[in-house]
Amino acid sequence: MLPQFPWLSLVIWLPIIGGFAVIANGDKAAEFTKRLALVVAVLAFVVSLPLWFLFDSSTADMQFVERASWIPAIKVEYFLGVDGISMPLILLTTFITIFVIIAGWEVITYRPSYYMGAFLIMEGIMVGVFSALDAILFYFFWEAMLIPMFIIIGVWGGPNRVYATIKFFLYTFFGSVFMLIALIYMFFQADSFSILDFHGLQLGMSAQVLIFIAFLLAFAVKVPMFPVHTWLPDAHVEAPTGGSVILAAIMLKIGGYGFLRFSLPITPDASAELDWLIITLSLIAVIYIGLVALVQQDMKKLIAYSSIAHMGFVTLGFFVVFAIVRHTGSAEGAVMGIEGGMVQMISHGFISGALFLCVGVLYDRMHSRQIADYGGVINTMPWFGAFVVFFAMANAGLPGTSGFVGEFMVVLAAFRADFWYALLAATTLILAAAFTLWMVKRVIFGPVGNDQVAALKDLDRRETLNLGVLAAATLAIGLWPKPLVDVMAPSIEHLVQQVQVSKLPPLADGSATVTQVALPTAAAAE
Amino acid sequence: MSFQTIDLFTLLPELVILITACTVLVADLYLPADRKDLNQLISFVGLVLAIGAVGLVGSSYGAESTLAFGSAFVRDPMSDLLKVVVLVVTLLAFAYSARYLRDRDMWVGEFHVLVLFSLLGILIMISANGFLSLYLGLELLALCLYALVAFNRDSSSGAEAAMKYFVLGALGSGMLLYGISMLYGATGHLDFPAIAEAIGAEASDDRILIFGLVFVIIGIGFKFGAVPFHMWIPDVYQGAPAPVALFLSSAPKVAAFAMAARVLLDALPALAQQSSEILIILSVLSMTIGNVVAIAQSNIKRMLGYSTISHVGFIFLGLLAGTQGGYAAAMFYAVVYALMAAGAFGVLVMMSHKGFEAEQLEDLKGLSDRDPWLAAMMTLVMFSMAGVPPLVGFMAKLLVLEAVIDVGMVWLALIAVALSIVGAFYYLRVVKMIYFDKPVLEAPIDGSRDARIAVSLNGLSMLALGMFPAALLGLCERAFFG
Repeated sequence: MLPQFPWLSLVIWLPIIGGFAVIANGDKAAEFTKRLALVVAVLAFVVSLPLWFLFDSSTADMQFVERASWIPAIKVEYFLGVDGISMPLILLTTFITIFVIIAGWEVITYRPSYYMGAFLIMEGIMVGVFSALDAILFYFFWEAMLIPMFIIIGVWGGPNRVYATIKFFLYTFFGSVFMLIALIYMFFQADSFSILDFHGLQLGMSAQVLIFIAFLLAFAVKVPMFPVHTWLPDAHVEAPTGGSVILAAIMLKIGGYGFLRFSLPITPDASAELDWLIITLSLIAVIYIGLVALVQQDMKKLIAYSSIAHMGFVTLGFFVVFAIVRHTGSAEGAVMGIEGGMVQMISHGFISGALFLCVGVLYDRMHSRQIADYGGVINTMPWFGAFVVFFAMANAGLPGTSGFVGEFMVVLAAFRADFWYALLAATTLILAAAFTLWMVKRVIFGPVGNDQVAALKDLDRRETLNLGVLAAATLAIGLWPKPLVDVMAPSIEHLVQQVQVSKLPPLADGSATVTQVALPTAAAAE
Repeated sequence: MSFQTIDLFTLLPELVILITACTVLVADLYLPADRKDLNQLISFVGLVLAIGAVGLVGSSYGAESTLAFGSAFVRDPMSDLLKVVVLVVTLLAFAYSARYLRDRDMWVGEFHVLVLFSLLGILIMISANGFLSLYLGLELLALCLYALVAFNRDSSSGAEAAMKYFVLGALGSGMLLYGISMLYGATGHLDFPAIAEAIGAEASDDRILIFGLVFVIIGIGFKFGAVPFHMWIPDVYQGAPAPVALFLSSAPKVAAFAMAARVLLDALPALAQQSSEILIILSVLSMTIGNVVAIAQSNIKRMLGYSTISHVGFIFLGLLAGTQGGYAAAMFYAVVYALMAAGAFGVLVMMSHKGFEAEQLEDLKGLSDRDPWLAAMMTLVMFSMAGVPPLVGFMAKLLVLEAVIDVGMVWLALIAVALSIVGAFYYLRVVKMIYFDKPVLEAPIDGSRDARIAVSLNGLSMLALGMFPAALLGLCERAFFG
């Protein structure tokens, strides 16, 4: 074990520097530039592997910690570290980026060096978001992410790309600036920007509620939750394939991660007080957005709405904790809810990424994303058809795929909280099956739709590799989720303990504040 | 008042600039029209020597503040840093402007002379330790700027802008003088420390003092261009030749900051409460009007004018906090703003060529196809102005927000960030033009070496200062924490 080696810095800065090198290389020797980009992406994945193999999954402490002074005047530090919650997400990021690079190999003809460089820079920034333990460093990476994504959608996107990308930028910017105010406010309470210090901070109820709302704005836009989800379908539809993959597979997860890293541990009392809000919004996302997905004519839009519905599941899993404790008096099922949400995030990363790649495959051939333009694709593209059916099944939560594991855990947890939550949440199994399989039926099966479809060529080696590896990952997590769950377990158990401890300041007489949120197991957990 | 050699040593940077200006003035008389490049060379040498002089004087006195000319002139860590910044910005301005001026028959020594004299005015303002020297510096600056705005004699819009600037500037100066006279009447002093001493530590409800304060702040507001004293900014930026707008939008703001810091902190600390109340109004109005009206502009020089107004609102956030951290934050913001403004106008200057002024937003369309490097630099500047990390504009906003939250004005921070979202829109629109649109112009872009170096340094400094702000911030803090 090499505790001193700065693995996290390496995983952050290698792709960023590599990305600039790729851009500097330019498009004259495009083939070489693409190879360089691929080498950087693979290297970044390789250097992120030690995070998994050297990870000590018996503790909830931060690992691979790096801490150095950055801006001493305002006590901002370069403070990195990962626990069981962030580490899998970092691996997901480095893993998915490889496929984004490969997917753009032949398709991107306009300035491929910028395209691939931008994705590599994105990769480093996203890893930075997951590993930052200093609030300003986190915000720094969080916002920096917008610049490459803005350019990616705006330059390589579809016909309505300018509208989509400006909407994307302003929505996310709007969400996050209020979080910045909350972070600065907490700095003056804690006299430190360390997120871990924020976790231990005592805050009054009204401050907690305001901070919770500031976080909610930031993370809800990113996740995205109903009703601030409207940027996502636009951004997805207009983004190039790689952009959609990164958006769905990783950027949405950053919102979910934010809830776990900030909202729950920093404002547990406000979270408990307002959990009905999140649960309601999550259920609306699951059901209403599921119904909206049903009527989409555009494949990318359909998958975008399906992402929103699935992320609703994630937030439900995170916030059902409080209801479980209230209902059963024990936190037993709570861990399962959050774990389910996490598994769902990872799994959705693979599945939605793969589905967007599938749409990309069709779009590259026919330049249409309309469901109506297709039909009977399986007759000309049997391998592709097989992959699409597989990922569609996974999206619908078929047992044996990773989609099932997360959903099942969340539904189980929801049952402990409230029968109705579980019932409503479980409708996703029907809705997701309905909208994905109906799309598959119209696109893949049936008689050959038109001459263009008849002329389609099946997957080439590059595409087969991409989809094949993602299918393997989906199956692996679906059949044997234990390693993943084990890695996360200590951190999530620690988190569940944290959220049960009231952070309201003690009353004047010295006794702990007793409100409806001071949970019965609080003492036991301590 | 004894006139010692030590006085002159403290004034070394000012003397170097004065000598340079006079040298150019004389040399220009004897230079034939095709050798005017020598003026530029002399100015460069003078500016570099002046930067060296600031370093020399600063290192020999250290953190102690040094008085000269009786107590009319003060040198301290704040003045050292601000002087280096305005000298660097002037250097950039000269480097950007050469081709533009050559193309338009404005490549004459007077341009350098006027800029150098206004620079001298700025240096004096930065080091003023009393209202008298402050006003001297201010008028030297203002008179040179009036002439510079009308530098293109054949341009009617330039003449109109200069006229407006002159009338409103004179009005501002009048207000300031009126305020100064009130303060003088109430305290009997013109030197800042003496005024502070005369008022005493206790906040005073003296009407005359408050009256004086209001008028002095109006004067400061005029020089900054804060709402409701902002009317001149968009017109002057639009009408002035682009290199003059470049200079006008950057260096004098640093001087205005120095003026505000000296008056509010050195002379009137006892009235901090009252000045803070006034500044809150100016700040909120500036951020609102600046950001909202900028959206409606199609002329990028006007847009940058309104953007200046909104940035002034942010600088005021730091000032109104009234804490040492707040002043340091405002200083950081003013320095960063000067660099951002120089960069944005610098790109416009470089895009202009003979017979064509790049001043419409449309002119930026497809810049990334025409000149990828210039496009990247402009993008850095725009994202920095919008306050997006990892660029330095974010750090500047973070610091002023921290300053106001520190004094408990969270509501003001909320207003500020809400308006910065509005602001992000029009900066993004510029980036959109640069990267997402096809070029409408095919004209060549200034390839001169000086301008290239200047724009590269300027753009990359956004990134470098944004990722490593500690050094600059440390200097700003040193100026106020002693």
